[in-house]
Amino acid sequence: MARGNGARPVAPIEYPPPVDPAAEFLGAPVDPEDERIEVGVAIVGGGQAGMACALRLLQLLEDDPALAESLGEVPVAVIEKGRTPGAHQLSGGVMNPAPIRALCGADDTWPTFGEVRSETVYFMAGRRRAIPLKPTPPPFRNHGNHVVSVAELNRWLAERAEEAGAYVLSETAGAKLLLDGRQVVGVRTGDKGRDKAGGEKGNFEPGSEIMARATVLAEGCWGHLTGAALKGLGLAAKDPQVWALGVKEVWEVDQPLDRVIHTLGWPLRPQAKYKEFGGSWIYPMNREGEAPKVSIGFVVGLDYADVQLSAHDVLQEFKLHPLVRRILGDGKRVGWGAKAIPEGGYWAMPRLHAPGMVICGDAAGMVNVPRLKGIHYAIRSGMLAAETLYRQLKAGSTDFSGYEQAVHDSEIGRDLYQARNMKQPFAKGLVLGGAITNAMVVTRGRLPGGHWPTHRDADQPLLRSGRAKRYPAPDGKYTFDKLSSVFTTGNATRDDAPSHIRIERHVPRELAEAWQWMCPAGVYEVPEDAEDARHVELQVNPSNCVQCGAITAKGGRLTPPEGGDGPRYGLM
Amino acid sequence: MKICVLVKEVPDAAVEKRINPSTGRLDRGGEKNLNPFDTHAIEAAMQLKEGGAVTVDEVVAVTMGPASAVRALHKAVSLGADRSVHLSDAALEGSDVNGTGYALAQVLAAEAPDLVLLGQQSDDGECYTIGAVVADHLRMPSLTQVIRIDVEDKALRCERQAEYGYDTVIVELPAVISVGDAINEPRYPSLKAIMGAKKKPLETKAAVDAGIAPERVGYEHARAHCADFTAPAAKEAGRIIEDEDTAQTVDQIVAWLDERKLLA
Amino acid sequence: MMSILVYALHHEGAFNKNSLGAVTEGARLAVELGGECHALVLGEPAALGDELCDSLGGHGATRVFRVEGPEGLAQPVVDAMAQVIREQGHGCALFGGGLLGFEIGAGLTARLDAGVCMEVTGVRVQDGKLVAERPILQDSSVSDVHFRSDVGVIIGRLNAFEPKAASDATATVEDVSVEFAPHSLKARMVSRGEQRGADVNIEDADILVAGGRGLGKAEGFDALEDLAGVLGGAVAATRAVVDAGWYSYAAQIGQTGKTVSPKLYLAAGISGAIQHKVGMQGSEHIVAINKDANAPIFEFSDLGVVGDLNKIVPKLTEAVKARKGA
Repeated sequence: MARGNGARPVAPIEYPPPVDPAAEFLGAPVDPEDERIEVGVAIVGGGQAGMACALRLLQLLEDDPALAESLGEVPVAVIEKGRTPGAHQLSGGVMNPAPIRALCGADDTWPTFGEVRSETVYFMAGRRRAIPLKPTPPPFRNHGNHVVSVAELNRWLAERAEEAGAYVLSETAGAKLLLDGRQVVGVRTGDKGRDKAGGEKGNFEPGSEIMARATVLAEGCWGHLTGAALKGLGLAAKDPQVWALGVKEVWEVDQPLDRVIHTLGWPLRPQAKYKEFGGSWIYPMNREGEAPKVSIGFVVGLDYADVQLSAHDVLQEFKLHPLVRRILGDGKRVGWGAKAIPEGGYWAMPRLHAPGMVICGDAAGMVNVPRLKGIHYAIRSGMLAAETLYRQLKAGSTDFSGYEQAVHDSEIGRDLYQARNMKQPFAKGLVLGGAITNAMVVTRGRLPGGHWPTHRDADQPLLRSGRAKRYPAPDGKYTFDKLSSVFTTGNATRDDAPSHIRIERHVPRELAEAWQWMCPAGVYEVPEDAEDARHVELQVNPSNCVQCGAITAKGGRLTPPEGGDGPRYGLM
Repeated sequence: MKICVLVKEVPDAAVEKRINPSTGRLDRGGEKNLNPFDTHAIEAAMQLKEGGAVTVDEVVAVTMGPASAVRALHKAVSLGADRSVHLSDAALEGSDVNGTGYALAQVLAAEAPDLVLLGQQSDDGECYTIGAVVADHLRMPSLTQVIRIDVEDKALRCERQAEYGYDTVIVELPAVISVGDAINEPRYPSLKAIMGAKKKPLETKAAVDAGIAPERVGYEHARAHCADFTAPAAKEAGRIIEDEDTAQTVDQIVAWLDERKLLA
Repeated sequence: MMSILVYALHHEGAFNKNSLGAVTEGARLAVELGGECHALVLGEPAALGDELCDSLGGHGATRVFRVEGPEGLAQPVVDAMAQVIREQGHGCALFGGGLLGFEIGAGLTARLDAGVCMEVTGVRVQDGKLVAERPILQDSSVSDVHFRSDVGVIIGRLNAFEPKAASDATATVEDVSVEFAPHSLKARMVSRGEQRGADVNIEDADILVAGGRGLGKAEGFDALEDLAGVLGGAVAATRAVVDAGWYSYAAQIGQTGKTVSPKLYLAAGISGAIQHKVGMQGSEHIVAINKDANAPIFEFSDLGVVGDLNKIVPKLTEAVKARKGA
């Protein structure tokens, strides 16, 4: 187990971060009324869900000038913490095009890397073997779907939304949800210009209170305000949300890849005790006039047990497989990034509304884990939210319960319900889990039925197995270390900014090590001079953070740093 | 006093840029933002306006660039500029430093400012030059890398760090001053100002409106041409010493330094 | 048959070493072009005696144009060089690294409607014309710049051109009278070249001794300051140690600090992560001391020493002191 000296294994949940989300991030407005900003609808998060909501809403308002006027000078505002739209967007990704087509109608110019023509799923039986699974297992059939870069797609959507009249406020963090009793009345944005100690620098600019008739939380996978709202407004689901961490690279290659590839198995370990659930994707990014590229990434469920599991290093290890070497060839890495993915599925979906508020997309866990799809659900949920908001605001109401019904009636609800128990069996190990999940897929979720509960990632006690020995030493050309990877994201955070990460610093060594390995960006370190004590003082380097959100799953809590900070993904 | 601030939209410096292998040219894609050094120039203008030593009637943001450059102007306005001027024309694309400075000078001449402020360098490589080019056309005194400005009668007392240390220079107005990032800590725009930026007056000018002679601008007329990107000369592999006998190691280091005349 | 005019900056009786480097480079190119290298100096007559101006000949200038005017300001030099170039027909105005070079070169670009290239690390002759080489994309690529104007303005990167006093030759000094443009006289130098307290400008230092986390504690910088002292250099630091409060932000080098290109960069206890590398990769000679043989810095250092810096640095200081004393 963890220490080998009789000490019992530690689970991250035993060292909770010093934060009380409901108390700190929910509250009444405090600014004098004339300093508040009035908007019609405030959308927190400028990802696919947020932009789709903005765009759909403005489409509906275009035909309804009376309602548009009643929403004031700024009918729709999108609050986005990235430096620009797309800066914090990352996904594989393969997208079902139906919702974006429904949203954009005749405009078919949304950027794509083409339809999926062919695909293979491999079971990696070891570091040299790859067994293609034939026929392709049903969840992986992607005929008709498109390979996209969500950063690119997001920039396109943002332009359309701005053209339609949305105010996109980038470099702005949604720091606090404003309440009037139990009614959501708006969002307070984050302060700018605080120093390391949290004091005010010369150019300190306090956040503003944006008052809105409707607030849409579309914050993505680790939803800062969403997390607080779930606790404070009693919206939490039956089961806790669980996450996986995906680490991705984009490569320029000589030979264009001709198909979409998914793999299971190596380098993850099949035994139940390790709880290593995940796999890889390798997608072609071919476009005329551009050098052929490949998107390659590895996803690992964050309820893994091993102290030394590092998704970034597992990806580097994975690249050593001959199958991958053939694909990447003499290519050049041109991008890197990381992001957490909600994996709790149906049972972990919270209540999707509260008076004055709705929750869309990844923030609500709308990801179909077996199918690895979430982008189109985000877009669809944004559209459904817009439609409910439009109807209700027109009727003078802020009761958005109709949205929840609409989501459950749509393909989102249907698909997620079908897949509702498909990840959980993997806690029994790959083989048994795989068999059980296959049964579910074949019977469309009917067998075995019941409710397989999810368990909080941070509940998982840690164990050691010497896993790090397998990670390749980075050579800087084919395999890479974390720091140089972070550098390629364009992450250049202000040196004297306060830390945005809430985490318990005085922790058992194995927990500090687990965080050190887990974080793809090298934020957490066990200090070198820590003697072989049981407890260490965790070192935190917040300026490396790419805001993937994994720490929130594994015992800490990510809060949004100063707006504009973080990665600047271009091609993710 | 009327202050014009020259701003520029540049690709994000933090994002790694590359030569596009299929075209062999610099990949100019990706998000662009207001040149960080220009935010210092705007802040300097605002501090003059708010400082009280002189009455500033107007701060005007001026940029030369494609359609997307309006975002740099919106940002400048959200930081306090009163209005902006966008010089935009396909004929200006690809202008070199000479052409760009000339074109901007024409626009500025029409504005007749008392002071032109700009960032001393931009994140896409160009540094310390545009201000001097513009100043020569406008026949105004000019300084760059200025890190302190104080008003003194009809002149500015400026400090800047040159080859031998800090110089203090008194510059008569009208003048062109390029500022360094050490001059101030730029303010953050308030959300209200950001949201109100699009409403402030923005004038778009084509080359002909500004009286710009076409044969002095544009890619075809550039007086200096960038071409042929090559890899830099490969560096010789370094030598490694494993320290076992520190006295010996240190002798080797000293000999190595001496060979290269670093112990003069 | 092109001739080159080089601006030579002087201060307190000596020429700036980047200017001397430019004269050397100009002379080298002039030979290939079949022309001559000339220099222009501007200042008070008392400061620009014949002997001083002559010495530019040793670096390869055949003629020195001496102009009386206000020192340390760029625009009067623009007037002077424009006049000389128009009268004498030079094909290139060349400047060594340094702020005035930029200001003068840029002003000249406007005055002569010329092409300009800055941050130049190399110049070569191709088909009887000059081609400037300029690094881009954080030094990962070098771009060639061609000129399409009668005069090309070339502004070198700091320390790019190496000065070489090749001979005892002297140059002919000619006094030139220049009528300065009205705007050139509207800037007045009040005080020049003030050193400000302990604020050593690390960007100008020829030798830098830099410390990183490997020092172990703030006191580790004491040994580095001693070493820097005997080497005649300044001390720099990585972001990690500045964050930890071990050294001042003014000395920070890297992606979010200063960029330097000294003759010697000695890195002690620095891993060489790219965030730091981009701030110092242009250094001429890089020496690294680190106990981790796998530290990335060893991949781009010229001399790497794998060992304990706490043992090596003090001994190195003694050895350098001894060698210099000898």
